[in-house]
Amino acid sequence: MVAVDDNLQTLTQQDYQHGFVTDIAADTIPIGLSEDVIRLISAKKQEPEFMLEWRLKAYRHWLTMAAPNWAHLKIHPIDYQAISYYSAPKQQKDGPKSLDEVDPKLLKTYEKLGIPLREQEWLAGVAVDAVFDSVSVATTFKARLAEKGVVFCSFSEAVREYPELIKKYLGSVVPYTDNFFAALNSAVFSDGSFCFIPKGVRCPMELSTYFRINAANTGQFERTLIVAEEGSYVSYLEGCTAPMRDENQLHAAVVELIALEGAQIKYSTVQNWYPGDKDGVGGIYNFVTKRGECRGNHAKISWTQVETGSAITWKYPSVVLTGDNTIGEFYSVALTNNYQQADTGTKMIHRGKNTSSTIISKGISAGHGQNSYRGLVKVLKSAENAKNYTQCDSLLLGDKCSAHTYPYIEIANQSASVGHEASTAKIAEDQLFYCAQRGIDPENAVSMIVNGFCKQVFRELPMEFAVEAQKLLSVSLEGSIG
Amino acid sequence: MLTIKDLEARVDGKAILKGINLSIGAGEVHAIMGPNGSGKSTLANVLAGRDNYHVTAGSVSFLNNDLLGLAAHERAGKGLFLAFQYPIEIPGISNANFLKAAVNAQRKQQNQDEMDAMDFLSYIKEKMQQVEMPEDFLYRSLNEGFSGGEKKRNEVLQMLALQPKLAILDETDSGLDIDALQVVANGVNALRDGKRSFLIITHYQRLLDYIVPDYVHVLANGRIVKSGGRELALELEASGYAWIDNQKSST
Repeated sequence: MVAVDDNLQTLTQQDYQHGFVTDIAADTIPIGLSEDVIRLISAKKQEPEFMLEWRLKAYRHWLTMAAPNWAHLKIHPIDYQAISYYSAPKQQKDGPKSLDEVDPKLLKTYEKLGIPLREQEWLAGVAVDAVFDSVSVATTFKARLAEKGVVFCSFSEAVREYPELIKKYLGSVVPYTDNFFAALNSAVFSDGSFCFIPKGVRCPMELSTYFRINAANTGQFERTLIVAEEGSYVSYLEGCTAPMRDENQLHAAVVELIALEGAQIKYSTVQNWYPGDKDGVGGIYNFVTKRGECRGNHAKISWTQVETGSAITWKYPSVVLTGDNTIGEFYSVALTNNYQQADTGTKMIHRGKNTSSTIISKGISAGHGQNSYRGLVKVLKSAENAKNYTQCDSLLLGDKCSAHTYPYIEIANQSASVGHEASTAKIAEDQLFYCAQRGIDPENAVSMIVNGFCKQVFRELPMEFAVEAQKLLSVSLEGSIG
Repeated sequence: MLTIKDLEARVDGKAILKGINLSIGAGEVHAIMGPNGSGKSTLANVLAGRDNYHVTAGSVSFLNNDLLGLAAHERAGKGLFLAFQYPIEIPGISNANFLKAAVNAQRKQQNQDEMDAMDFLSYIKEKMQQVEMPEDFLYRSLNEGFSGGEKKRNEVLQMLALQPKLAILDETDSGLDIDALQVVANGVNALRDGKRSFLIITHYQRLLDYIVPDYVHVLANGRIVKSGGRELALELEASGYAWIDNQKSST
């Protein structure tokens, strides 16, 4: 295996392709965190009073909390006073009215990332909300969506335009007391996306938010809130990148999904934050709380994630199955290369009757990568006939990486049926030789084998995204095979 | 086509091949027979360029290339094919995708245009008929859940699709019933065109009833100890390999 491992190593060493910095004048507030800073953020965003109150409550609660240390991660202590909590590209006072008013440098940045913001450049009809550091710079296709009654806008706009919806749903799935990073986010969150799909509407296009961190020494704290009313359907995509920097940057987001009776939300993420260099210097700390609630009967929430970036990933997209006959799904591919660490998984909380959940997790480790699956399946007493199926597979490329699986199962109702399967495999020398003997070079062979390994998850992604994900995976692995 | 000179190789530090000399001309079919552990499969793997099979002496020339200087996938690109004794399973990759990737990887190496999906499909369906494989095999994961016979058939299908210049069959007949054996033999015979060469490694002479070799070699203890024509295989069938031990003292 020596030659194989050497080859794996070269193949997994490939440079990050989105590491450029946009040189743009920014309004960045001084580093540090206090009640004054929170008031300043709220004022900059012209928020109503209730929002500021909520932020301050969250902040005061956060002060009483300590950072969690139970994950299988090595994290350098974070100095929360050394981060700037707000940075926005400078522009006209009221924000751009149309794309023509958006700084061309910003449009160029997104073009370079393959996310054209001009609507006519989209063939497939995907509406995009582009978040740059702390603010949303553009949201496309708003008018077309409005015809159907679908609201898709930046979170800041939602707070001003739809305060009643925000008041009703914000924090209703992830309260600010939930955990350390959720509390911090609730206090300082700057922007994000808001989607509202009214009763009976099938959202006519994919909604997508593209997150970009640009400024140095800033954190990105965005919030996404998706509400799907009775019988509605929405598919939402999230993508992320950041420049290459030597210092670690914090990204602590909160995502809340609410599916009412018979509604379906499909949430897909392709996360490609800067992972740090091959020696583990720099990279994004991605500490995210994502949770959905199937609040009404027959609702369904499905998370699909492909995680290839970040120095450290700490996230557990979860589903609370409150309504009867509700369905929660989690499909995940997490790749760690070089010195990346990932502790990711899901929580499925069964409360209603006849609820079912499926968990398919695929972890790939290369280089010195550390990959952990952590998942909780909790069946409450009220959950008659709950069903869960969990499958966790790990694939190791090379002999310096590792994979860990931590499944937690808590069952309070004996009618539950819970199944768990786990496997760990090394990318086998004989598979690579077989491909090579047919003329396929080692790089393509590894990417083929890895894609095969991830197939169950990729087929859950929307078509264009699945292709992107496959490419991303092979790029992230380049330099790593034999 | 292929010239092997004084080839020596080690696996896990143990000398397995101890000086192989063999020359295969264009269009010839050579059979290598020999007892278990004589080095037959090692020879196949060394020629195909598998890691951990370390050549310690000798040279191999293949179509005027220094074969040992090429990576495994480059050897394949030059037209060397190995039908595996134990074909490998790769979950999640359809047979069709794998075959298409292989065909196009080789076409690319040979500076030919890659085949698009439609052309490939009609191309491969025709080959599948030759090995009597139902079409649904195209969409199943590569070798996963295939029976022993299906795997071997799939090897022959790959050989038909890739049209190699030299095909090495490593005990492709082992574990096959007579019908499957015939399918394998038909595949090989369909490719015999007076230019393509074959190296057939087998333990039993049974396969050679269907694929008639031009030459038969007996490999024992890492060396070719006897060569002859078709009749040598029949002789071995009758007398077994015990005579090799008797002969060893004299060689």
